[in-house]
Order: sequence, then C-alpha cells, then structure tokens
Amino acid sequence: MADTNPFPGENNTGHFWDDNLRELKNPPPRWWMIAFWLSLAWWVLYGLLYPMWPTPPWKLDETDQEFTQGMLDWSSIKEFERGMAQVEEVRAEYDQRIAAMSAEEILDDPGLLQYTLASSKVLFGDYCAACHGSGGQGNPGYPVLADNDWLYGGTLSKIIETITGGRKGNMIAHEKILSEQEVDTLANFVVNLSKGQPGSEEAWALFRGKGCTGCHGAEATGVIATLPNGSIVTVGAANLTDTLWRFRPGGYESAKHTILYGVNQTGVEQTRNAVMPAFGGAGSAEGRLDAEQIKKLAVYVHELGGGQ
Amino acid sequence: MLSRSKSSPSMCMSWAAVNRRVVEPVDDLYADAEHWQVNAGDETIHAKRLPGRWRRIKWLASSVWLIFFLGPYVRWDGRQAVLFDIPSRQYHLFGATVLPQDFWMLSLLLLFFAILLAVATALAGRVYCGFFCFQTVWTDVFTWIEEWLEGDPRTRRQLDRAPWSAQKLRIKSLKHLLWLLIGFATGWSFVAWFYGIFPLWRDFFTGQANGVVYSFVALFTVGTYVLAGWLREQVCFWLCPYARIQGVMLDRSTLVPAYDLLRGEPRGRLRKDAEPESDPHGDCIDCNQCVAVCPTGIDIRAGQQEGCITCALCIDACDSIMDKVGRPRGLIRYASLDEIEGQPARPLLLSVRVWLYLAILLLSVVGIGYGFSTLTSIELKVLHERSPLFVQMSDGSIQNQYTLKVLNKANVDLTAHITATSPVPMEVKGVEDALSVKHGEVTPMRVFVRIEREHLSGTSLPIFFTAEGQFPDGTPVRAERESAFFAPAP
Repeated sequence: MADTNPFPGENNTGHFWDDNLRELKNPPPRWWMIAFWLSLAWWVLYGLLYPMWPTPPWKLDETDQEFTQGMLDWSSIKEFERGMAQVEEVRAEYDQRIAAMSAEEILDDPGLLQYTLASSKVLFGDYCAACHGSGGQGNPGYPVLADNDWLYGGTLSKIIETITGGRKGNMIAHEKILSEQEVDTLANFVVNLSKGQPGSEEAWALFRGKGCTGCHGAEATGVIATLPNGSIVTVGAANLTDTLWRFRPGGYESAKHTILYGVNQTGVEQTRNAVMPAFGGAGSAEGRLDAEQIKKLAVYVHELGGGQ
Repeated sequence: MLSRSKSSPSMCMSWAAVNRRVVEPVDDLYADAEHWQVNAGDETIHAKRLPGRWRRIKWLASSVWLIFFLGPYVRWDGRQAVLFDIPSRQYHLFGATVLPQDFWMLSLLLLFFAILLAVATALAGRVYCGFFCFQTVWTDVFTWIEEWLEGDPRTRRQLDRAPWSAQKLRIKSLKHLLWLLIGFATGWSFVAWFYGIFPLWRDFFTGQANGVVYSFVALFTVGTYVLAGWLREQVCFWLCPYARIQGVMLDRSTLVPAYDLLRGEPRGRLRKDAEPESDPHGDCIDCNQCVAVCPTGIDIRAGQQEGCITCALCIDACDSIMDKVGRPRGLIRYASLDEIEGQPARPLLLSVRVWLYLAILLLSVVGIGYGFSTLTSIELKVLHERSPLFVQMSDGSIQNQYTLKVLNKANVDLTAHITATSPVPMEVKGVEDALSVKHGEVTPMRVFVRIEREHLSGTSLPIFFTAEGQFPDGTPVRAERESAFFAPAP
C-alpha cells in the first residue's frame, strides 16, 4: 500500500500494487442500494407475517417440518380449509332443502335437480361406477343404467328400494330339467322375441308349460302383474321381448347359457352372477349410505337417461 | 472494480521503460473514455424548458392522458361507459358487454398494440416513448411543477445544494405534496375504471371500499411518486423493456431526431470577430442547448443512443438558436441516418417490414371488428355426453345425451326455448319447458335425443340446436350450435 495516492481524485480505494494496479470504488447508485435494503427489510417482514422459519425439532423430511405460524395466521392449508368450509356452507343450504323433499319433488325443481345431479356425481363415482360404469353404461355382467330397461322398475321409489336393499337375481338352472332340444327351442324363441318376431306356437307352449311365466310374466315382458295404481310387480326377471340383453353379448349362445345354468345358483359352476349389494343403513356394520345420499343417487340414476 | 493496466514485463527491461512503453498509452485510453459515464441517477437531471413547436406537440400528445382521468365520468345507458367489472366478469364498452368468453378479442387487441408499437418505431423511432408513454408524460408534468415551484434549472441546482431553511422546506414539501396528490389522482382514476367512479366517490372516503381498492390506490400513489418524481429517466434507462425492444426496431431509414453532423461539424463557439467566409467551423456553435433541454441528459450530437426517447425537445432548442444566429433551422431535425450521411433516403413505404407490420395491424383490426359485430347477447354451447357415447333403448332405438349451456350476456333475465333439428326424424326429451336464464350466468340443461334404428344409416349424423328467446323490450335473440349424434355401427 502506498503512503501517498499517486492517482488523486480518481475515486480509488487507496490500495496499490505494482505502482499502478489499484482498486477503484464504483458503488452501485444510491437508489439501487435503497432498493436492496428495502428488499432485505421486506424479507424480514415477510418472515414475520407468513410461515417461514423452521422450528425445532428438526426433521429431515421437509413435509414433516414445523414452521413458525406467521402473524397473519395464513398458510395454504388453512386457506384451503377456509375455502372448503365456505363450500360446505353453500352446500348445507341446498342439502337442507333436499332433506325436506321427496325424490319426486327434487325432479320438479330445476335448480335443486341441477345441484343434486352435480353433487351426486361423486357419490356415483365412489359407489356405483365400479360395476355400472362412470356414465351408467354398464359392464359385462352388470346392467346398463342409462337405458330404459329396468329389471326391478325404473321409478324413483323402485330405484331407492334397489340401492337401499340391494338385489339378487334368481333363475334356476335347467340343464337337468330340460332336454337339449327344449333348451334350443327356448333359446331360439328368446332370440326371435328380441328381434320383434312373435315366436312360434310350439315355443310359447313350452315357455308356459315349463313355468317360465312365473317370473318372466305371461307376455314374457318380465312383468308379473300391473297394479291398479299403474305400478308393476316384478321379481327381477328380464323383459324377453325388448332388444336389450341382461347378459351380454346377447343372442342364442347367451340365452342358452342362462337357461342351462341359471342365475345365482349355488353348486352350479357356470351359473350367471347377478348380485347387487345393499347400500342402505348407514351406521350399521355393513351400511354404507344414508337415506339422503340414496335419495340423491336415485335421482341421479333416474336421470341417466331411462328413468320412469 | 480492478483497473488492469499492466502487461507482464520482460525481465530484461527496466521498470521505468515498461512504464513508458506500456502504461502510458493505456492511461491515454482512460483519458479517452473519461467523459463517458453511466447515467445511473447519481445526479438529478434538471432539464431546461424552452417553448417551441415540438413542445406544443408534446403537450398535445400528453393531453390524450386526460381520457384516463376523465373517462370514468362518461355515462352510457345509465352506467359507466367503460367499466371493467372484474367481480362479475363483465367488461362494458359503451353499448357492448364483453364476457370472458369473448376474450380472444383481447389477444387481438394486444397484438394490435404490439404491432402498432412496431410500425410506429419502424417509421418514426421511439415516438411512443417521447410523446405518449406515461413515464414520459408524468415525469414531464412533475418537472413542470418543479420548475413552477423552484425555478429554472440553475436555481433548482442551487436550491438542492443550499442548506435546509424554512423556505427550502416549504418549497420542497409543497412539491412533494403535489406529486403525491397527482399520484393519488392516478391511482384513483385507475381504480375507477374497475370499480366505477361514482361508487368510488361514495365508498372510498367512508372506508367502505374493499382492501383491493385501497391497496391499488396506495400502490399507484407511491408508484407514481417514486417513478415520476425520483426515478424519472432512470426508468427508461434501466427498467423499461419497451425501451430496449424499440431500440432494435430502428434501421437506417427510420426518422429520428438527428444531428446533421455534416453541416454542424467541426463545431465551435461563435466569436464576434470571426468572418463568416474565413470561419472554419460548421453550423454547430457548441452552445450545448440541446444537452441542456434533454430530459434524459444525453448529447444528441453523439448520434442515436439508448438514452434518447426521441422527444424532439432538442430540435426546438437548436432551432431557436439557429434563428438567433441567423442560420437555417434543422441542424437537429427529424431525419433518417441515411439522410444525415448524405445517402439517398429509401422511402419507408417501400420497406417490406413496414408492409408486413401494416398487414398484421389490418388483420387484427378486422378480427376485432368481426368480434364486435358478431357479439351476441346469448351463446349456446353443446356438450355431447361421451360416457356413454350412445345408449340402446329397449325398443332398439339409440339415445344420446347432451348438456346444453346457455350463456346470457345481457343485463336482464331471459327465457329461452331450445329446439333441435336433424336430417332424420327424432324424439327430443328435456326441452319441453322453457329455460330461464339469469343475466350474466351460464345455465345448463340436459337433453336426450332418441332416433329409431331404421333412420340410422351410419355411425354419426349432424344435429343442430337452437336457443331462441326474447328480452323484455321485445328484442329477439337466437343462438345456434351444431353437434353430432352417434350410434353403433348398424
């Protein structure tokens, strides 16, 4: 370091090496430094206002680490919880009105119907879609809910009954009851009915004679009787006269299989499976849905496209 | 910062010889560059104000910003003519109401302004910076107030240096108070475009406006005060991206305020005894007035440079001097670099770039015009249900489900009737009742369409939905949307 400054007035630091190698002072502009200190102050302020400083005990995993709470008491999870509480508040108003109404009344209220359909979509996804498909389009072995073919009736009260208590189809296996010839006749008969053809006299005679009418009805429509108030009585047997098949892909082989091995027959290895569990009775050991949820779900299913 | 000025000396040379041969020429380089300095705002630039043609044009251009302050008071149909109502997602532009759905027009508007900036820059340099930019205009007004209170630049510098006195405190505090007031008016007017000017008058001073309003007014007050009062040309130098972008859009044929160096050089001070014929000097008398009036503190005679916002005030200054010394005006004038260097000036309108800019400009204007001319009061959207795409019903017919969404952009409620048409007969369920659509809302409805198997020849056919309604004043509205009907392969 030199005793005298050989470059006076140059704004240097006074440090010299090798006569003329020196360090100059060229500080950032004052406004820049002010901005710098202000941003530091902001950092401290931010740390006081928001959760920022980790607090002991120290955790290796950041997600487990506790932080200071911040004077504003804000955190993203608290904001999320507040938002959810608001949503619940809005929903509660609708849910209270729905609770006081029957499923039929909901259908007549466009606003509430809209809310019911929107809010039941999740319920349907959670409890129904695994078997019936996300849009009620069905799956092999599981009925389509979007069409207008109902085994147990497509009115709101029937749908509620189905969801609450579940359903279990029952058709005896005919492999030991009917001859091969008779099974062939009946399978062809069912195929013809589904194509809109009347079916031969011989086949109708066999159909009635073997007791099929007991479940499928005298007209093979799945309806045993129609009550004076218009509602129908069924045991869940398929309507054989429509174009839809309970067990896909449908057609001769499907029909033959069902006739031979029946539905839900114990001891029959190739029997059809057709069980819907009961979803009602929330609170009990196996109960899953409460009456309100079932009511909303029934409306949802009814409105999938084929409700009666 | 280290100033390296020494190359490694060979050991056989004496140190003094090295000093002479190596160091001295380098020190000369320092001396060369000594005049250059970074304008980092260490020293406040007190620019001189001179009357003149460009000064008048500048005030005229600045006055465009009065729209910003007075615009919110303009009424239309019983409400504020231009109101960006963010909470209800409605943007009123005189008679038209723009909803977020129409925001593709905003992108065209942004494109329009971006290209306008480009075309203006290609033609006349940073004309936006010099005449219209809020930073320029607000700084101009702020320094005008400063001059009014503190006097001309020399007095101002003296006042800055003078020790604090009661008078200095009075003048300075009045100045800062006025600056803050303008800042407040700026924030106030900005918020008024979003909040409504009359609600703002009603709510602001009674503490009933929301926190966002107060925050924005505070932000703009402080921002205006700091940017126009303290940072000034530093914003153009160091903060503004436009300034940098515009710099690269100039070329040799762009008109910019330029110093005619062929005519002006060699510059020299005017001497009374010099004979005009024997005077070796050019027209520039080196009076430095062009530098004195420059709001960014540059010397235009050094040529185009990043600090020049092309405000043309140096042209006024130079012209007034040329008038005084009896030489023709235009030593500093709007001219292209080609023209200044005595080369034939290529007409700007022959430049491909300018035509390209203009084409894009036209395209975006046409797009915006189309958008506004086709703004409808209602909009119909049709969502075809995809899960399942179609359902076979018990009688063999095929059913499709649609969700129709009717958006009512008007400010009154509406009742809409939905109809559907297709090339084949069909049964439509869900449209029997009229749909009541609240204003400013989207109302959904589900529609089922069923078509008999015998009418279906392919896997899809077109289907048209129409929403029709009538406003209370009898104006009919109508919206259409095409969708498709899907069926399994026959």
